[in-house]
Amino acid sequence: MTDTDTLLNARNLSKTFTLHTQGGVRLPVFDGLDLSLQRGQCLVLVGPSGAGKSSLLRCLYGNYLVQHGEVMVRHDGRMIDLTQATTRDLLDVRLRTLGFVSQFLRVIPRVSTLDVVAEPLLAQGCGEDDARDKASTMLARLNIPDRLWSIAPATFSGGEQQRVNIARCFVADYPILLLDEPTASLDVDNRKIVLDLITEARRRGTGIIGIFHDPQDRAAVATDTLELAAMDQAA
Amino acid sequence: MTDRISHNADTPLLRVDSLSKSYGPVVGCRDVAFDLWPGEVLGIVGESGSGKTTLLKCVSAQLEPDGGAVQYDTRDDGPRDVYGLSEARRRLLMRTDWGIVHQNPRDGLRFGISAGANVGERLIAVGERHYGDLRAEVTDWLERVEMDIGRMDDLPSTFSGGMQQRVQIARNLITRPRLVFMDEPTSGLDVSVQARLLDLIRMLVGTLRIACIIVTHDLGVVRLLTHRTIVMQKGEVVEHGLTDQVLDDPQHPYTQLLVSSILPV
Repeated sequence: MTDTDTLLNARNLSKTFTLHTQGGVRLPVFDGLDLSLQRGQCLVLVGPSGAGKSSLLRCLYGNYLVQHGEVMVRHDGRMIDLTQATTRDLLDVRLRTLGFVSQFLRVIPRVSTLDVVAEPLLAQGCGEDDARDKASTMLARLNIPDRLWSIAPATFSGGEQQRVNIARCFVADYPILLLDEPTASLDVDNRKIVLDLITEARRRGTGIIGIFHDPQDRAAVATDTLELAAMDQAA
Repeated sequence: MTDRISHNADTPLLRVDSLSKSYGPVVGCRDVAFDLWPGEVLGIVGESGSGKTTLLKCVSAQLEPDGGAVQYDTRDDGPRDVYGLSEARRRLLMRTDWGIVHQNPRDGLRFGISAGANVGERLIAVGERHYGDLRAEVTDWLERVEMDIGRMDDLPSTFSGGMQQRVQIARNLITRPRLVFMDEPTSGLDVSVQARLLDLIRMLVGTLRIACIIVTHDLGVVRLLTHRTIVMQKGEVVEHGLTDQVLDDPQHPYTQLLVSSILPV
């Protein structure tokens, strides 16, 4: 393993929520947390509900702020600390390096399913025809029937919305993927497809950090695990 | 929203530095600083009286600040202090490279001339004289904002509020500005009309890669349209960050209050 195999390196991360509207209550989530991610690694976060797995993923994406520590991410051949980066650099890291699958799709009225999935590619500078081709292929692979592609996904079932969400992330070929329960609302067949997509990406060298509640799913994709314990919430 | 920012530019389009404006003893805005990059959409939020409109007016050359600087990367001469430009050059900038979409269509449209004339006016101002070309360009822009072309010779006063805002947007975008200022562009409209207009703004700003500063009290609007958000309270910036971070993990007590005040549907 060489230095350039390290895709993400987080050191001494601490996260505490301070709820000013509720008397300034402080909720510590994690403290002094280290993790690193190599090319081709799938690191699965484990721990009880409330241990801060989703919060950690969000901190790695710059969606939540940490109180201490650094999140170094390999972007354009150099390591950049997301906790210190300008918003402009953060947006660029998200555009080209970090993909994130949230638990729920944020639907925008009147934007078709095909456009939702093609959007990250267009943002990366991909041509319109090429982007739509790739988006179609990914939607087909995830069993979204083509009669639905021209419709905004607002009326889709939870499982369909989640597959659109996954398609939107996997279409763009990010070097690092952060996956927050991508298989949670899927049936057996579609679950298998998503697990295959994850394994294929990993074999191409993508680094993945994910949360999977199903032990079988976890076993199918994990190369490593990181255990998070719930912190005492008295502070 | 997904980010369509051009990264070839190394100079911010707009650089605002320690900007302040008071109305006698009353603070409008105090010591505000931010950069805006080409193609970037910035939201300014805060309750009524927090200074967001004052800030927008100072930044967009509509209201001279008491202190601080607003620097704009002009097409011809590079970065220039907006308030240091001659009156003529500032006016030219404001009607070509900038657009201003007002909250009240009466401030942004001329009600005595037709919708089509409103949309074509900025093109005439920069020298377009050929009637056929002008009419074709105006038609194209009215179509882009989803207006019925059959209404182009009607007066704006015969239109609904949503239609007036769409005419205002077409009127501003026809000269291909690089920077557009919007002050509460959708407030006062029905929810369904508002959604359609927001979607239109999102689509146009995204495909044309226009940088935009949007003042709003509606956190749904910043979530949908903006990359970055500034939160103002009593004339000062209390929080500034990526929009999803400000909304999902607000740090300042006032931002937390704003975010927790959103009623679930």
